Amino acid sequence: MAKSLISASYTKQATTESPVVRWALTIIALLFIGIFLLVPLAIVFTEALSKGLSAYFAALTEPDAMVAIQLTLLTAVIAVPLNLVFGIVAAWAIAKFNFAGKSILITLIDLPFAVSPVISGLIYVLLFGLQGLLGPWLAERDIKIIFAVPGIVLATIFVTFPFVARELIPLMQEQGTEEEEAAMVLGASGLQTFWRVTLPNIKWGLLYGIILCNARAMGEFGAVSVVSGHVRGLTNTMPLHVEILYNEYNFVAAFAVASLLAMLALLTLVAKSFVEWKSRQQGVSFEKIAVKGGQP
Amino acid sequence: MSIEVKNITKRFGAFTALKGISLEIPTGELVALLGPSGSGKTTLLRIIAGLEIPDDGSILFQGEDATDRSAQDRRVGFVFQHYALFRHMTVFENIAFGLRVKPRDTRPSKTEIQEKVHSLLKLVQLDWLADHYPSQLSGGQRQRVALARALAVEPKVLLLDEPFGALDAKVRQELRRWLRRLHDEIHVTSVFVTHDQEEALEVADRVVVMNEGQIVQIGTPEEIYNRPANTFVHNFLGNLNIFRGRVINDKAYIGNLSIELAEKAQSDAKTAVIYIRPHQLDISRIPITDNHFHGKINHINPVGPLVRVELSSDWGDSFHVEISQERYKNLGLKKGDHVFVTLRDQKVFIELAEEDK
Repeated sequence: MAKSLISASYTKQATTESPVVRWALTIIALLFIGIFLLVPLAIVFTEALSKGLSAYFAALTEPDAMVAIQLTLLTAVIAVPLNLVFGIVAAWAIAKFNFAGKSILITLIDLPFAVSPVISGLIYVLLFGLQGLLGPWLAERDIKIIFAVPGIVLATIFVTFPFVARELIPLMQEQGTEEEEAAMVLGASGLQTFWRVTLPNIKWGLLYGIILCNARAMGEFGAVSVVSGHVRGLTNTMPLHVEILYNEYNFVAAFAVASLLAMLALLTLVAKSFVEWKSRQQGVSFEKIAVKGGQP
Repeated sequence: MSIEVKNITKRFGAFTALKGISLEIPTGELVALLGPSGSGKTTLLRIIAGLEIPDDGSILFQGEDATDRSAQDRRVGFVFQHYALFRHMTVFENIAFGLRVKPRDTRPSKTEIQEKVHSLLKLVQLDWLADHYPSQLSGGQRQRVALARALAVEPKVLLLDEPFGALDAKVRQELRRWLRRLHDEIHVTSVFVTHDQEEALEVADRVVVMNEGQIVQIGTPEEIYNRPANTFVHNFLGNLNIFRGRVINDKAYIGNLSIELAEKAQSDAKTAVIYIRPHQLDISRIPITDNHFHGKINHINPVGPLVRVELSSDWGDSFHVEISQERYKNLGLKKGDHVFVTLRDQKVFIELAEEDK
């Protein structure tokens, strides 16, 4: 113990800077966080509540706002489970099997991160819009995708596509296939192996991916803005609704709805930290016990 | 259950791991697959388990073709090199896994599973660890849990991949003996892979020596050790001195030391390569018989139960001899001494060479 303390203080001395530099760096970092993160957050809430609680709640319960909230929830409820299934399947295939075109698949999964959300929205307009590739065919059958809810859902799925898969691939690769092989030899079917062996091993990583995926699904603006058509009370999600209210100089209402999104963000951060803490704690505590009670 | 491996070939890309392997393992035997890394022994084991699909050839269990049977239908027990215990399950749940995933009509009841797991835990002497997680166990304990888990489904065949490879020397020794005893108790046909010749020779009923995707020799440990089929086996089974000798009248000579040839009639050869293990040689101060050659001591390593003496012969070959600590003290050997080297054991491996080589 003493030894490690000595070596720790050694490294500290060897790598530390003078007090002036340390203070300067700390203050810069704090100022940065304050100006770019905390002040805006505070403004959202103060503006939202500037006309009192009743105005705040009136802005949230007004019919158009309710529709926007509902649509956002609906979008997330559809997009997140779909990407959850897709993410698990893709990660499973990539981490546990070898096949031709694997690296291409990995690159494709990252595509939504690389492309600007507005472009992804435009792609859907070009595909499903009236002048688009599939437009006439859809119009004949009276199926509306662009400027309607299906378009919003599709654009959201595209944008939130990588979150779960990206989280799981390294985790599953690290865990290897031996446990699955062991389960198979013991007579477990593919499905049993997945439910009883694979899923429990990845659950924290999976949850983490879901949280991030959900946050993005509810907060997405660019792609959704292109395909939604901004029909009030019909195709407005919460972020779009905020924009409209703001453009109408209805600041209290705009910030009230925005405060919901801000709360979602805070909730996401809390959930994310909890999951991180939980999965780390599991790993760490196991190691500790293993060291203590190792030998028979 | 007997296992028959017929003409198995397996390629990984351009690399051929197994080149037409055939092997029969009778019911109840404990067989070691022995070979250096890359010899294909683990691949063969995984093919028997159904974890790897052969490119050619077939696997028969009890005379029935099982080549196309999936791993989950083969009913083999497999112990992985790194145990592959389910990390999120307790020891109890690990062992119960194979029983819990059985189809409903053959699945034992809860109390039956309880009893079965506890009896297995007793068998591997880990009763008190039922509620622990794999990460809380030592290597040797994990290995035994892995074994209990494999045995829970009452496999007809038990396959073990380098079962003691990741353990330290002392635990390895203990587990080795324990595995042998266990096998004598439950008598399930078992195959284990190892690169450690000592392990193979000590534990197995029969040893299959493999090299570069082929079987080099099959035999009891005694046969393998005393009558190695070729120089590879001989070399692989431990330290070896290699001498070049002359052949005169059915005898091979190293200096003045003569060795009777086993195959007398067919020896047209004039030279021979003679392989002698260090413990088959002896050192003396005075020439007891004429049957000896000279050696000069270059180095002495007196650590361990046997003293290892490195010498060089008059014609410059270097070789070593192992003698007991007692004999070492009686002889009072020192570096630089000139001594007489004799043969303690006539059972040495001789390879006859053609005249003009």
